[in-house]
Amino acid sequence: MSILIDEKTKVIVQGITGRDGSFHTKQMVEYGTQIVGGVTPGKGGQKMDNVPVFDNMMEAVSETGANASVIYVPAPFAADAMYEAIESGVKLVICITEGVPVNDALKVYNYIQGKDVRLIGPNCPGLLSPGKSKIGIMPGHIAKPGKVGVVSKSGTLTYEVVYAITLKGLGQTTCIGIGGDPIIGTNFIDVLSMFNDDPETKAIAMIGEIGGTDEEEAAQFIKENIKKPVVAFIAGRTAPEGKRMGHAGAIISGGMGTAESKIEALGGAGVPVCDTPAQVADVIAEKL
Amino acid sequence: MKIHEHQAKEIFEQYNIPTPQGKVAYTPDEVYQIAKEIGKKVVVKAQVHVGGRGKAGGVKLADTADQAKEIAKQILGMDIKGLTVKKVLVVEAVDIKKELYVGLIMDRGPKKVTIMVSEAGGVDIEEVAAKTPEKILKAQVDPLLGVKGFQVRRLFENIFKEKDQLKTALSVTEKLYQIFMDKDCSLVEINPFAVLGDGRLIAADAKITFDENALGRHPDIEKLMDMDSVDPNEVIANKYGLSFVQLDGNVGCIVNGAGLAMATMDGVKLYNGEPANFLDVGGSSNPQKVVKALEIIMSNKNIKSILFNIFGGITRCDDIANGILEALNKINIPIPIIVRLTGTNEAAGREILKKSGKDLIPAETMNEAVKLAVEQAKS
Repeated sequence: MSILIDEKTKVIVQGITGRDGSFHTKQMVEYGTQIVGGVTPGKGGQKMDNVPVFDNMMEAVSETGANASVIYVPAPFAADAMYEAIESGVKLVICITEGVPVNDALKVYNYIQGKDVRLIGPNCPGLLSPGKSKIGIMPGHIAKPGKVGVVSKSGTLTYEVVYAITLKGLGQTTCIGIGGDPIIGTNFIDVLSMFNDDPETKAIAMIGEIGGTDEEEAAQFIKENIKKPVVAFIAGRTAPEGKRMGHAGAIISGGMGTAESKIEALGGAGVPVCDTPAQVADVIAEKL
Repeated sequence: MKIHEHQAKEIFEQYNIPTPQGKVAYTPDEVYQIAKEIGKKVVVKAQVHVGGRGKAGGVKLADTADQAKEIAKQILGMDIKGLTVKKVLVVEAVDIKKELYVGLIMDRGPKKVTIMVSEAGGVDIEEVAAKTPEKILKAQVDPLLGVKGFQVRRLFENIFKEKDQLKTALSVTEKLYQIFMDKDCSLVEINPFAVLGDGRLIAADAKITFDENALGRHPDIEKLMDMDSVDPNEVIANKYGLSFVQLDGNVGCIVNGAGLAMATMDGVKLYNGEPANFLDVGGSSNPQKVVKALEIIMSNKNIKSILFNIFGGITRCDDIANGILEALNKINIPIPIIVRLTGTNEAAGREILKKSGKDLIPAETMNEAVKLAVEQAKS
């Protein structure tokens, strides 16, 4: 089984007529994802590669019965798109947009608490359940159906690990990029717990990076709750303190959030931390 | 993004937070003038983006305007932790009876804005936080509700028994929160939040850090950036949607995605090389970005090899390939370039490079690319 998305997931693309939205809509459709519609205000009634475009989410969901949305709209408008998706009744909102003001993400996060909707991102590559559905920007051909669950804060670094797992002949149940911003909708712990409950997932690859303490908290959670082998990689061992490394979240401050602290915490929870992304696949293969 | 104390002080003043009388100065003569206007003892404070200014000798008390001028001569031009002091803040010296700490941060764990208050404020607050965390009281604010009176009262009620002081502390904290949300901050801090001999409360220091993602909607804040304190290459990079950090090594890295860029630097180090930089070309790249990236990298004289590590998702390998060719036509790059292209449109990207006949070293995997780049940098 996959988690969160499968061949039945019906997706609306918010920002479908933009450069990224249109390009990745095509890629998702080619992969076999059920893209049932798109939204661009003022462009309702048009078609984008045979996908109907609506003016707003309410209309798109009621016309198509969609249960998920993926957001490619520019950063200044991303929060509005997230609220609109939440209000439309879809159960899964995936925000790909990078550079979303942290205050906006903070409000959206607090707004969805207690609501029956899951937010992934912002600033994330999305999800990929190989052979079933891909939502976001991950290149589909690097994955194949299998038994490893992949969860990551990063985008491209995730692809590196996913591809290595594929080359090892293992394949994946679902690959999830949760995003590297300070405030994100879904954390390591949420995904680890879902992979733990998924009977087809036999091992978990976890890719973290410097900044924040999510990896340390995940280590504690793994120690107490996860029954499957977890293998990790942490990016940013060589990053200098006080410098923002691209992701708004990837910054070491006041000795907090260092690679050493994360590696130590994971090691303490019995999670091997690899030296290179490719090595993650090797260690998982040994464990299985 | 950081701003200087005097700039943060001005923002505090716009929100009617009590601050000491004073102004910023760039020359000893200006310091003299300001000290004269204030007409009593003053403190001359170096304006640089590092902590521990006082301990480094960048904050000094002057009894007279003449003395302030002399002190300014010492502080202006002084080096504090690698940064040259170009301006000072001259403020009235106040009679501080007690130093508190008030800080607001974007708290990733609970996903709230956390207000922190401590009676043990002052220069050693970080030590207090590390050794005696129980001395720091915290309240988490739900951004949809805003800061509630009871939360702040609980933080201060044991500190201030005097009604007017408690009222001022509450109002200052609420205003700090307002600044935090209005201006998209990631940190707002007063340390020390001073209790004066006459019972008044005053923000004796001011620190604000802004969320860079939100600068687009705050052009007034963006203007406050101190160009002297940032690497000009970082500024150019930001303008073109790249993120760049200069490091000490000689292997230039151009990577898409922050995580992979960090992992690439880590890889260079693992193979006993030294990365020259962090450079993330970001998502939805266009060829122009690659040209800029190469220009920035080549401005570093230490560079011995260039490593492209691209795993295309939203970034398309053909865009990167076109960018490399465009850059090679514009700038002379006499050092080896190792190119690893995988992911979205990889076949097209590789084909473009191959057809060009340019002298590029292709690599299949990240490990192979990193290894080649380190070897080339050493040969």
